[in-house]
Amino acid sequence: MELLPTIWFIAIAVLWTGYLFLEGFDLGVGMLMKLFARNDAERRVLLNTIGPVWDGNEVWLLTAGGATFAAFPLWYASLFSALYLPLLLVLVALIFRAVAFEYRGKVDSGRWRTGWDWAIALGSFFAAFGVGAALALTTTGLPLDANGDRDGGPFAWFNGYAVLGGLAVVAFALVHALAFLALKSDGEVRHRARGTFVRWVPLAALPMLAWSVAVQFISGKPWTWALTVLALCAAAAAWWLASKGREGRPFMALALFIAASAASVFGAAYPVVLPSTLDPAFDLTVANASSSDYTLGLMSVVAAFGLPLVIAYQAWTYWVFRRRVSVDVIPAAHGFLPAIAAKALAGADGSGADSTGKAGR
Amino acid sequence: MDALEIARWQFGITTVYHFMMVPLTIGLGLVVAIIQTLWYRTGKPEYLRMTKFWGKLFLINFIMGVATGIVQEFQFGMAWSEYSRFVGDVFGAPLALEALLAFFVESTFLGLWIFGWKQLKRGVHLACLWIAVIGSLFSAYFIIVANSWMQHPVGVEMIDGRPVMTDAWAVFTNNTALVAVPHTLFGALGVAGAFLLGIAWYHLWRRRHDGIDTVGKDGRLVPGSAAIPGRDKADYNVWIRSLRIGAVVAMISFAGTAITGDLQGKLMFEQQPMKMAAAEAACHDGTGFSVLSVGNIGGRSCDDVVAVIEVPGILSFLAKGDFTTEVKGVNSLIPEYQEKYGTHLPDNPLYGDRAGKEIQYVPVMEVTYWGFRMMIGFGGLAAFAALLALWVTRRGAVPQARWLMRLAVFGILAPFGANAAGWIFTEMGRQPFVVAPNPDMNGIDQVFMFTAAAVSPGVSAGEIMASLVVLTAIYAVLLVVEVRLLVKYVRGGVASAMPELAHAATDGAGAKDKDTKGDGGTPPSAGADDVLAFAY
Ligand code: HDD
Ligand code: HEM
Ligand code: HEM
Repeated sequence: MELLPTIWFIAIAVLWTGYLFLEGFDLGVGMLMKLFARNDAERRVLLNTIGPVWDGNEVWLLTAGGATFAAFPLWYASLFSALYLPLLLVLVALIFRAVAFEYRGKVDSGRWRTGWDWAIALGSFFAAFGVGAALALTTTGLPLDANGDRDGGPFAWFNGYAVLGGLAVVAFALVHALAFLALKSDGEVRHRARGTFVRWVPLAALPMLAWSVAVQFISGKPWTWALTVLALCAAAAAWWLASKGREGRPFMALALFIAASAASVFGAAYPVVLPSTLDPAFDLTVANASSSDYTLGLMSVVAAFGLPLVIAYQAWTYWVFRRRVSVDVIPAAHGFLPAIAAKALAGADGSGADSTGKAGR
Repeated sequence: MDALEIARWQFGITTVYHFMMVPLTIGLGLVVAIIQTLWYRTGKPEYLRMTKFWGKLFLINFIMGVATGIVQEFQFGMAWSEYSRFVGDVFGAPLALEALLAFFVESTFLGLWIFGWKQLKRGVHLACLWIAVIGSLFSAYFIIVANSWMQHPVGVEMIDGRPVMTDAWAVFTNNTALVAVPHTLFGALGVAGAFLLGIAWYHLWRRRHDGIDTVGKDGRLVPGSAAIPGRDKADYNVWIRSLRIGAVVAMISFAGTAITGDLQGKLMFEQQPMKMAAAEAACHDGTGFSVLSVGNIGGRSCDDVVAVIEVPGILSFLAKGDFTTEVKGVNSLIPEYQEKYGTHLPDNPLYGDRAGKEIQYVPVMEVTYWGFRMMIGFGGLAAFAALLALWVTRRGAVPQARWLMRLAVFGILAPFGANAAGWIFTEMGRQPFVVAPNPDMNGIDQVFMFTAAAVSPGVSAGEIMASLVVLTAIYAVLLVVEVRLLVKYVRGGVASAMPELAHAATDGAGAKDKDTKGDGGTPPSAGADDVLAFAY
């Protein structure tokens, strides 16, 4: 058995799971900006629940990508080049989303905020969908030739699994975010989030389970079938606990749900990391796609010390910002008068910055 | 254009763009951390104001660095899959370590800093910023280790046609990286220095222009105050200190880049002699550094290039540390390269249409020649301007001339230009290689890769073109948005980052008394609308 490559395959699966678990709720909160929040105060509650942590969560994606590059360069190269257009969509989505978080509150105007709200909601949606599609395809296969390059046009990757994977992550992110809001917010938002969660969990878990089952039919093993069943039980538990009015436990049940689902698909695919739908001889496997044992050994040492550290200080961040956020603690949006618009302030001229704006532009 | 050329344009555009945000992030981050430390130690209110004002601008810029960096991370696999397959064993590791050891630190601790003004103790809060800043230094280190390996591959052996890492220590202490890292960091400081200088000058000028500050008979400035949020006497201190810090930082930066740049020149002479020759657009061997050359520089046959102004001996100094070593020109290098690395590209389908074509070993000399001079020129100009600025403002007043103020504001662009020019020179001077051969190591001078073989074979030109167009358009729009926001917050002055100042004023509480006293402890008016505490 290929020991180090297998360890790294597991490590990458863990990184993806960490990504889906953490960024899952902030992608979901992003989508809920349009689907759930009813007014600007609520939208700012939503934003502030994820404000301090979303960037840290996103780095899980970068680390998963970087680790794939370092540990399985051939997997990284084939997957990313074959999925050129969908990944471009993910990039655009992530760009707008990141910028929107930071810039939304920087101008006090309704139109400005609404525009960035859409950027957050759509950015979150497409990022979740694209990542889900890419992950589904890496477990079900792409039309790769002997060199690992995509055969066929720019859309040769498109199939039902891509849609299923995309839906799975989008739906999971939405309910995960509701569970998160029930835990992190207070007042009206908290109660509505809990109620909505109970209503939607059964439906939202379905695409993820369907993906898991589909992969089991392609390459499942008894233990990965068992994980699929575990995922099903976790989803049911989340639903049951939430309907009893619990908040923390449904969130943890969803964590188990995503971990079991991810483990079931990655485990079923193992030892293949990226199947070729043209010819099984072209499959990329942990053995033929990995870096040298030297590189993997080096990475293992660093990761063994680095990853626990990351988890520790990220956990600390969640602890620091553990207070619930509610509409009451959100200050009014504040515009500000340009310090240099002296005349404007003195009342001589009401049009603000632009009237004295000759110099600064 | 074929897929390769489009992919190169795309990579060039997206990285140069990324590197407009990055140096400001690195440089300004460091400066804000130092200022906040001053506030922590002295409790002076102007340092708090400076922290918040510059911190706000820092954040507006930071997010664009994050957004554009993600593109960089994905591009290697998307557009350069053959490259990724070839170098993955050694090149992937620094990228992964950058994410694991640097990006996590940066993003997490910056989140703590932005939102933790009230939740964290002052010392812990300050430490969070320092940790984030150190994280960004690490990120610069790791990514430059990766880049330096492309300039100067070390620590590998060729196994089955691929470089396989055998000596991680050599990779992570590549001498090319060890000088490029400080060089880049000093370059980043230059950006921050000019940024502080230009904006502070603008505000000082504005205060005089609006009649708030006046100049006494002895030529010294007398600060005044106006009934406008944040435009009190303390405000004057904010800007004059910012101006001085900025000017000093800009000068340190230039000294630092010059010293480390000289070291880089010596390595380049050994490691990439063709880049050195191309930087001079020199055909023939020589010792002089050309200040101005004319002729058909871009023609790649440089026989008609004439150095109009030339300083003898300086080129030798850059290359070797003496004044007499002959630095080889393009004409002597071409045969050497042809002998070592072939005259024609291999007849391999990976090279696409270029398979079997003759290899053009000379980079585009227009770019290398002018890139090199713009880097040094813009950097030097900024440092010289900073020195003048310190002299002119020694009595605390900036002149009332509007054109000087404009110059100071537009001068902000100079170090950005120097940084971009430096990178474009470095990267395009490496052509036609994406991994340049390392001539001085036994056995590993066969580790190289032509750019022509690096692009993704399975990806169509149309796809790459789509991404080039989409990303360039988005970047253009976002640049406009970023600059407008920066301008808005700059014009808002300190009150734009501290709305509590405005409230104190409108409540009639007399903003100036309140702030000049300064308790140094909690932020003044620790009200609910401390923007940094509630950034969204
Ligand atoms: C404000 C920015 C700035 C300034 C003032 C300078 N540089 Fe620079 N230079 C850079 C910003 C930069 C850079 C953008 O940071 C580069 C690109 C790659 C790198 O490592 O740093 C660079 C690269 C670079 C290289 C290429 C290294 C290689 O390709 O291997 C050399 C030889 C120099 N520089 C030399 C100098 C000298 C002799 C300078 C001045 C006296 C100088 N630089 C000023
Ligand atoms: C430190 C990390 C960097 C790495 C790993 C890197 C790597 C690369 C790669 C793979 C290419 C494409 C292949 C090629 O055309 O040679 C390239 C090209 C290029 N890069 Fe970099 N780069 C880095 C930093 C930068 C920065 C910071 C800039 C500019 C600010 C820059 C400017 C360019 C330009 C202008 C090109 C196009 C050159 C050409 O195709 O002729 N690079 N680089
Ligand atoms: C092609 C080469 C490059 C790649 C692949 C790359 C990758 C990235 C990524 C993924 C981010 C976003 C991190 C986040 O989400 O927090 C980022 C931002 C950043 N990069 Fe780059 N980068 C490149 C060039 C450079 C260079 C040459 C430097 C430094 C000299 C640099 C230093 C930074 C810094 C300081 C940031 C600020 C934001 C942050 O780290 O979060 N990068 N880069």
